Amino acid sequence: MAMLEVKNIEVYYGVIRAIKGISFEVNQGEVIALIGANGAGKTTTLQTITGMLSPKSGEVLFEGVDITKIPGHKIVGMGMAHVPEGRRVFAQLSVLENLRLGAYTVKEPTQVEKSLERVYTSFPRLAERKNQMAGTLSGGEQQMLAMGRALMSQPRLICMDEPSMGLSPILVDEIFKIITNISSTGTTVLLVEQNAKKALSIADRAYVLETGNIVLEGKASELLNNEDIKKAYLGE
Amino acid sequence: MSFIMYLINGISLGSVYAIIALGYTMVYGIAKMLNFAHGDVIMIGSYISFVTFSQMGLGPVPAVVISIVVCTALGMIIERVAYKPLRKAVSPLAVLITAIGVSYLLQNVALLVFGANPVSYVSMIAVPPLKLAGGELTITGITVITIVLCLVIMGVLMVFIKKTKAGQAMLAVSEDKDAAQLMGVNVNGTIALTFAIGSGLAAIAGILLCSAYPTLTPYTGAMPGIKAFTAAVFGGIGSIPGALVGGILLGVIEILGRAYISSQLSDAIVFAVLIIVLLVKPTGILGKPIFEKV
Repeated sequence: MAMLEVKNIEVYYGVIRAIKGISFEVNQGEVIALIGANGAGKTTTLQTITGMLSPKSGEVLFEGVDITKIPGHKIVGMGMAHVPEGRRVFAQLSVLENLRLGAYTVKEPTQVEKSLERVYTSFPRLAERKNQMAGTLSGGEQQMLAMGRALMSQPRLICMDEPSMGLSPILVDEIFKIITNISSTGTTVLLVEQNAKKALSIADRAYVLETGNIVLEGKASELLNNEDIKKAYLGE
Repeated sequence: MSFIMYLINGISLGSVYAIIALGYTMVYGIAKMLNFAHGDVIMIGSYISFVTFSQMGLGPVPAVVISIVVCTALGMIIERVAYKPLRKAVSPLAVLITAIGVSYLLQNVALLVFGANPVSYVSMIAVPPLKLAGGELTITGITVITIVLCLVIMGVLMVFIKKTKAGQAMLAVSEDKDAAQLMGVNVNGTIALTFAIGSGLAAIAGILLCSAYPTLTPYTGAMPGIKAFTAAVFGGIGSIPGALVGGILLGVIEILGRAYISSQLSDAIVFAVLIIVLLVKPTGILGKPIFEKV
């Protein structure tokens, strides 16, 4: 059984059909990339999975449980975290307060401390700046905070929306290294990216979205060498 | 001596405004709406404490508790029935107009139930006056209680927001509802809690207000409501310390204006000062330029 199963979901914004019945699955331990151009429906798909949007039809199953109708705020407690597009850190709160909010659903205080230690080990920069307001961090640091905050809930599946957006090439490399590290600790990763080359280079499998449909899927290594993909997304 | 007297009375009245302003400012910070029915919740709270204390003969403690419970429930019901369905409305005007409607509804329900005749509110706070400066300066018990209570409420609220999970959830919702939901925060629940706290405080403000100014009518809440709203804007809407600063300044300006300039013009002076402050600093005294804070 797949960890996450998306079955034929359709999502509307008013009368506009943004997602036109797509299905895919994520298996435990995988890094899955969802790539496509602007407006293809990547973010909408991710938001539907984590309960920020509800599909008109179709269903989303997480570890076998139908979560389509479960309110968004309960999903993170089930083991699925979402790093939103544009980071969305709480700018007026300190780094530490942001991280603690990430563990909002964790009941055990000792578990929260454990997660905090783990996040500080993975992101030493956050430890250095724990009392600083999140809004004063640089873009790269904010992305790390957004990821660290999501990890605080000890998710089994982490969904990331455009983690490389707006970052310098060096930082992009760093962020992708972090994603690989997160994956190596056993957390399953669902990655939405416009930077197709980078995403495919670390993913196991990938799905290509185009105007609300999945037009291509396969092993990431194969997609990297696919002529259509090269032309459309890799700029070669 | 009389100046100090006026000043203390101003701080006391301002403390009531500050407690009311908290309701406006917290709801604005978290739900991004102006709850114009807030002043009328104060009036309902005052009537409840009047009925339970003066008419039913309950002790002051049960009367206060019942009043707080009724107002808290009332605030949550108003939010659930009138505001929540409009939260996703395209125009923010929809909920604003609804709030004005709720305000009139509460006033008219009070007219039906309690009648239009003013009732004399009997203060349930029996604290001996404080005599200072060899008996030259007398501060009534209610004045002292009001100021102390206001400071205690502010302190407790600030600790609650800084130190508790629910308080942090409020800050998160006030900054970014979607991101807060992704953390697992129940956004609707947090908004309901905010209304509950604001309305519970309204009950306390109503009791303090009517103890100092003992005429109670169905319109009693309207003017203090508007003034407390002014205080919230004055101090920087969305900011809790701003509600304190704005409330106290407003109270002091009102009382000093009444004493030294003109008792008829005191309200005009209050609002004139508001206009000047907003011209000079549109975000209010402690308001932040970009973000709202609870």
